[in-house]
Amino acid sequence: MSTDKNKDNIHKDTGISISNNNKTVKKLLLVVVAMFGFGFALVPLYDVFCDITGLNGKTNTTAATYTEDGIDESRTVRVQFITRNAKGIPWKFEPVINEINVHPGEMKVVSFYAKNNASHDIIGQAVPSVSPGLAANYFHKIECFCFTQQPLAAGTDVEMSLQFYVDLELPADIKTLTLSYTLYDITEKSS
Amino acid sequence: MTTDVIEQDSHDEHHDDSHEHGKMTGIKRWLYTTNHKDIGTLYLWFAFIMFLTGGAMAMVIRAELFQPGLQLVEPDFFNQLTTVHGLIMVFGAIMPAFTGFANWMLPMMLGAPDMALPRMNNWSFWILPFAFAILLGSFFMESGAPNFGWTFYAPLSTTYSNGSTAFFVFAVHIMGISSIMGAINIVVTIMNMRAPGMTYMKMPLFVWTFFITAYLLIAVMPVLAGVVTMLLTDTYFGTSFFDAAGGGDPVMFQHIFWFFGHPEVYIMILPAFGIVSTIIPAFSRKRLFGYSSMVYATSSIALLSFIVWAHHMFTTGMPLFGELFFMYCTMLIAVPTGVKVFNWVATMWRGSLTFETPMLFSIAFVILFTIGGFSGLMLAMTPVDFQYHDTYFVVAHFHYVLVTGSLFSIYAGAYYWLPKWTGHMYNDTLSKWHFWCSLISVNLLFFPMHFLGLAGMPRRIPDYALQFADFNKWVSIGGFAFGLSQLIFLAVVIKCIRGGEKAPAKPWDGAIGLEWTVASPAPYHTFSTPPPQSDIDNADQHEH
Repeated sequence: MSTDKNKDNIHKDTGISISNNNKTVKKLLLVVVAMFGFGFALVPLYDVFCDITGLNGKTNTTAATYTEDGIDESRTVRVQFITRNAKGIPWKFEPVINEINVHPGEMKVVSFYAKNNASHDIIGQAVPSVSPGLAANYFHKIECFCFTQQPLAAGTDVEMSLQFYVDLELPADIKTLTLSYTLYDITEKSS
Repeated sequence: MTTDVIEQDSHDEHHDDSHEHGKMTGIKRWLYTTNHKDIGTLYLWFAFIMFLTGGAMAMVIRAELFQPGLQLVEPDFFNQLTTVHGLIMVFGAIMPAFTGFANWMLPMMLGAPDMALPRMNNWSFWILPFAFAILLGSFFMESGAPNFGWTFYAPLSTTYSNGSTAFFVFAVHIMGISSIMGAINIVVTIMNMRAPGMTYMKMPLFVWTFFITAYLLIAVMPVLAGVVTMLLTDTYFGTSFFDAAGGGDPVMFQHIFWFFGHPEVYIMILPAFGIVSTIIPAFSRKRLFGYSSMVYATSSIALLSFIVWAHHMFTTGMPLFGELFFMYCTMLIAVPTGVKVFNWVATMWRGSLTFETPMLFSIAFVILFTIGGFSGLMLAMTPVDFQYHDTYFVVAHFHYVLVTGSLFSIYAGAYYWLPKWTGHMYNDTLSKWHFWCSLISVNLLFFPMHFLGLAGMPRRIPDYALQFADFNKWVSIGGFAFGLSQLIFLAVVIKCIRGGEKAPAKPWDGAIGLEWTVASPAPYHTFSTPPPQSDIDNADQHEH
């Protein structure tokens, strides 16, 4: 094609125009670098996407304020609590009550119990997740132990509270919410 | 006319040898070579050695699964075998084999003297053995080889890694760099090296499929490099990309991985389409039916491959809208794929068919790949995917598209061009044995897996419930038979290199393409002067 137009820069063995090739290579390398960057850009994009759509069951990491728009007593939503320990954290960690019935708009306080069974101090961090994922944006936490780190000395225990309400706008087809906490040992990462 | 060209070419070769570098001798020829034919040969042999290595692992897997209970290997070692088998077959066998075809055939099909970037070509091959030495070497280390599946889902490969993550990541980095260099070379060659008069729409479909595949590689291999880098820093440097404790998300790993992973499966099948589209017209003695629609169908498949990745993740708890979106997009791919299958069938329709070994493998490809495509459609349906997910049904599906799809096309291509590569005809009887043994054993190996999967047998488990015993025994017998059948191919190739009936420049009377205008074996340097326009027009795959 246009290979013989650049007469000035011809490879002696093959008769190929080198400058044409170099131009194409540079463009393609740019695509490679851009796509490598895109892989990393997917990380913040993913968070933003989940934030906007409320997919993936991620709840807010900061406290909500309770707005008194009334309580919808015609609806009852069952809220279940489950807990799980990640690998290598020897705590007893469980909800004090396993489930509670609430009306949308009604504020409730529930407690979780944690005890450090290890012989050394551990800092724990609970990470919440709501199922079904689409309900995450309608579950508001006014106060939650998951907003802060939980340092527990060896052998001590604590009762931690969660204050929440379910949004009035919760889609009608959602009748049960499951709030799951996974507890991680972050002693190393926070020191 | 053909004789004229041969004379002209042998004259050129003589001319080349007389006052510039020709072949070096011994090992140096292969280490320092920048010749596209030498590098193609290296890629093809490397791929075949890796294929036998990965195949040996599959044999151990099938031996363990021959009967219920644990007989031969520990579960952890079993996991290492399934992981490395997958990695070797994908990155070590199928992909390098296609790069080998690209190196050998693209310059000859385009009427170009060599690949555009011969020195980079040498590098892109010679770093590959190091990547696989690292990967296979981890078997002999204290940690053992990677055991988290070829999909290396976090946190299996981070928090729960057996310590092999670093070696795995470096091996994948090197494979990725090699693939990217190979792909850049292919794109530059096709864009800048076509003989005068060879327009884009006159290129053989083979060239088109490699062109599109190379773009896919350039787009997604860097994403793979990115995701393994995140894995590395998560495991060893305290970042939390995929660690929920630090605010990361393990599900995000699957999104990024499959954003690479789905185009990757088309990287392994589009070149197969190109090979089969070359061979079926040759032995039907007709032009390819619907050349232009084949080009557009291939491009559509490539574009769609970027928006279907989450169909691998239906069970992660996606919202309904997401599941429907990815389900319909996935099903949409069946349309351009169907165009291709119907075009191959229409090419054969009322053709003067003969059934030489390349044609046998190609016809088997069309039928068996379509079976794999249909099981793919079943998997694309979200509600039923919940039953099929992570069962042997998935194993059956992707082995039908990769073994009877990609691998069969590689065999078809190898038999088709062996006379051009070696200058000898292969042993016809042996090659037919290879085909029929492979065809029967491969179906015995993979077809019952559909039923095992539907009945609920999970994949990647070294033991299974008693009711699966009979089918697994048959599958294992099929596996051993298929593995042994591949040694026939090795015998055919070695015999063909060492001697045999002398091959004419064009051994297949229905074949078209510039590669058949040069002598067999193809001279070390071809098309130092571009081919005449009449040859290019004769090689045009359009129907007239």
